[in-house]
Amino acid sequence: MKLFEYMGKEIFSSYGITVPRGRMADNSQDAANIAREIGGTVVVKSQILAGKRGKGGGIKFASSPEEAGEAAAQVLAMTLNGHKVEKVLVEEKIQIDKELYLAITVDGSAKKPVIIASAQGGMDIEEVPDEHIVKQYVDVSIGVYPYLGREISRQLGLTGSIGKEFNRLLPILYKIFREKDAELVEINPLVISGDKLIAADSKMTVDDDALFRQKAVPYVEDRTSIEKQAHDLGLAFVELGGDIAVMANGAGMSMGSLDTLAYYGGKPANFLDAGGGTGVEGTTKAIELLLQTNPKVIFINIFGGITRCDDVANALVQVKNAREIPVPVVIRLVGTNEEAGVRILKENGFEAYKVMHEAAAKAVEIANAS
Amino acid sequence: MAIIINEKTNVIVQGITGNQGRFHTCQMLAYGTKIVGGVSPGKGGQEVEGIPVYDTVYEAVDNQQVDASVLFIPAPFAKDAAFEAITAGVKVLVIVTEHIPVHDEMDIVELACRKGTTVVGPNTFGIVSSGKCKIGIPPNQFFVEGPIGVVARSGTLTYEIVGNLTANGLGQSTVVGLGGDRVVGLSFVDVLEKFEKDPQTRAVVLVGEIGGNAEEEASLYIKKMTKPVVAYIAGKSAPPGKRMGHAGAIIERGKGTFNGKVEALQAAGAKVATLPFEVPELIRQILK
Repeated sequence: MKLFEYMGKEIFSSYGITVPRGRMADNSQDAANIAREIGGTVVVKSQILAGKRGKGGGIKFASSPEEAGEAAAQVLAMTLNGHKVEKVLVEEKIQIDKELYLAITVDGSAKKPVIIASAQGGMDIEEVPDEHIVKQYVDVSIGVYPYLGREISRQLGLTGSIGKEFNRLLPILYKIFREKDAELVEINPLVISGDKLIAADSKMTVDDDALFRQKAVPYVEDRTSIEKQAHDLGLAFVELGGDIAVMANGAGMSMGSLDTLAYYGGKPANFLDAGGGTGVEGTTKAIELLLQTNPKVIFINIFGGITRCDDVANALVQVKNAREIPVPVVIRLVGTNEEAGVRILKENGFEAYKVMHEAAAKAVEIANAS
Repeated sequence: MAIIINEKTNVIVQGITGNQGRFHTCQMLAYGTKIVGGVSPGKGGQEVEGIPVYDTVYEAVDNQQVDASVLFIPAPFAKDAAFEAITAGVKVLVIVTEHIPVHDEMDIVELACRKGTTVVGPNTFGIVSSGKCKIGIPPNQFFVEGPIGVVARSGTLTYEIVGNLTANGLGQSTVVGLGGDRVVGLSFVDVLEKFEKDPQTRAVVLVGEIGGNAEEEASLYIKKMTKPVVAYIAGKSAPPGKRMGHAGAIIERGKGTFNGKVEALQAAGAKVATLPFEVPELIRQILK
C-alpha cells in the first residue's frame, strides 16, 4: 500500500526527521490559510500515488496566500498520469544547496534490506549511473548503527555537520522502515539546506500483508471497485479489459492461463487468483466477480492441491442455482478430489476438461465466435 | 538419491490440529511421508491420525528424531513458529503459509541462515522427493519417481507441469517450490546446485515467472551446469505495473520482463517452452 507524500512526511516528522513546514489541504481556502500561517513563498504540491508530478504542472510555487489559493484550485482540478488530484500539500519553500537520494527497500535476491544512497538526488534513481549509487545491505539481526551512516557519508563525500546529520538520520529512517513494515521508504530529494538535511519528498510503501498490525498507518485505497471487492474477499484480482473472464487457483497458474488464452488469440478480461483452499463460499463470490466484467465466456482452470475440486464444483452449482449465468462456462478441473468434482459438474450439466490448453482453446473459440 | 529430503526424513507438522494441518497430514501420510509428530500448543497428549501431538517443538525434538518441520500456521504467528523450529535445531523448514509480512520473512531467513536451517517457502506448496517423501500440499497422484528435477516459484503451475511430465512417463527426483513471495529461503541457484550434484537427476525443469531477477541470476549458473535445463516462464501476457498475485510478480520500471528472462535463459543454453504442456516434449528431445 502506497502512502501519499504528506502521510509519509507526517511519519518522518514524528520520528524526528526534518521536513519542510506545511500541511495537507483539499480546497483552495485551506491552502491559502496554510500559506498565510507559513508566510513567504510556498510550494503547492499535488498529492497522487505516482511520480513525475512536476512535469505535468502538479507542483506550483506561490508568493502570497492568494496565489497559493489559486495554485491549489488549479492543481486540484488536474488529473495527472491518470490520477485525479484530490489533495495538495502546502509547504514552505526551502533553500536548496544540494540534493541527495536516500532509500531503504527489501532486496529479494539478497533476502535483506538494502540502503541505496546517491549524491545525485532529485531525479529518478533509475537514471543515475551505477558508479554514483552507494548500496549497503543490512543484517536484520544487527540493524543499522551510526557506523553504517559514517561509511555511506564517506562514500557520498558528506563531511562536517551535514555528515553528522546524515549519520543521525539513517538509523531513524531504518527504524521507520522496520516499525512501519515498509517495503520502501524513499527520500528524493534529501536536501542539504545550510547546515540542515531536509526530507523534501517522501515515498513510502507499506506491506499489505502487515496492515493487520499497522493500525496507526492511514489506509489508502488504490484499487478499482472490482479489485477492491476481490481484495476484501481475499482474492487477487487485476482488470485486463478483454472478454474472457478467467479464474484459476494460484498466481502462477493464473498467469499461465492468461498466457495460454493469449497464445490462442484470446483476450482475458482479468487476472483472478482464487487462492488455495478458498472453499465453496469464496469460490462462489469469485464467480460472481467474474460476471461483473461482462465477459463472453468464463474460463475456470483449477489444478487442485489445497483447493478441492468438489468445492469448486459445488460452488459453481451453487451460483447456477442462485442466479442465471448468462454466458458459457469452460471448466478444466483436475487434482485433489477430482472424481467427486467432475461427477458433481456432470450431474449439473457442466462438462469438465482435463487438459488445460484444450480448455483454453475452447474458451477462445467461444469468445471469438460471439 | 533426490535432494533436501528423502525416505528417511522424519517430519513434524506445526499446526497439526487445524483444518489444513489435519487434512494435509492425512495426505502426506498417504504419500508415505514419515510423520513422527505434530505440534499444537495446548493440545499436547492428543493424537491426529495416530500421530502424537506435542505442545512445543522442543518437546517434539526431545521425544523424536526430527529432521524437518512443516508449518500450517496463520501468517501473524508464523514467525514465532518458525523461530521455534529453527532454534530447536530443525534442519529443514517448509513454510506453506501465505501472506506473511515481508519483514518477518527477512527475520526468519536471516536466523535460518545463521543456524544452518534450509527454509523452503514461505508461500510454497512445499517439496516432494517423488516416491519417497512429500512435505507440503501438492496432490499425491501426480508425483512419480524419476530422473527430472523441478524447481519453481509457484504452486499450481508446478502441478500442471509435473502432471504433464508424469503423463508422459517422466518421473521426478525432487520437486521444490521456492515460494511466491519476494523474500524466500532458497534461490533457484541453491536448488540447481543440488540437482547438478544429485546422481538421480538427469535434467532440470525451471518454472519461473515475471518480476524480480531470480531467473536472470539462475541463468548465470545454468551456463556452468552439465545437466540440461528446460524452463517455462509465466506472465508473458501480463501488463507492466500490475502485481499478478505473487508479491514478486510485477514488471516494474521495465525490469523483470518475460523477454528479458527468456533471453537470459536461452543465452545460458536452457530451452524455453512457450506453454506448459510443451515441457515434456522438450525434455524428451534433450534426453534422447
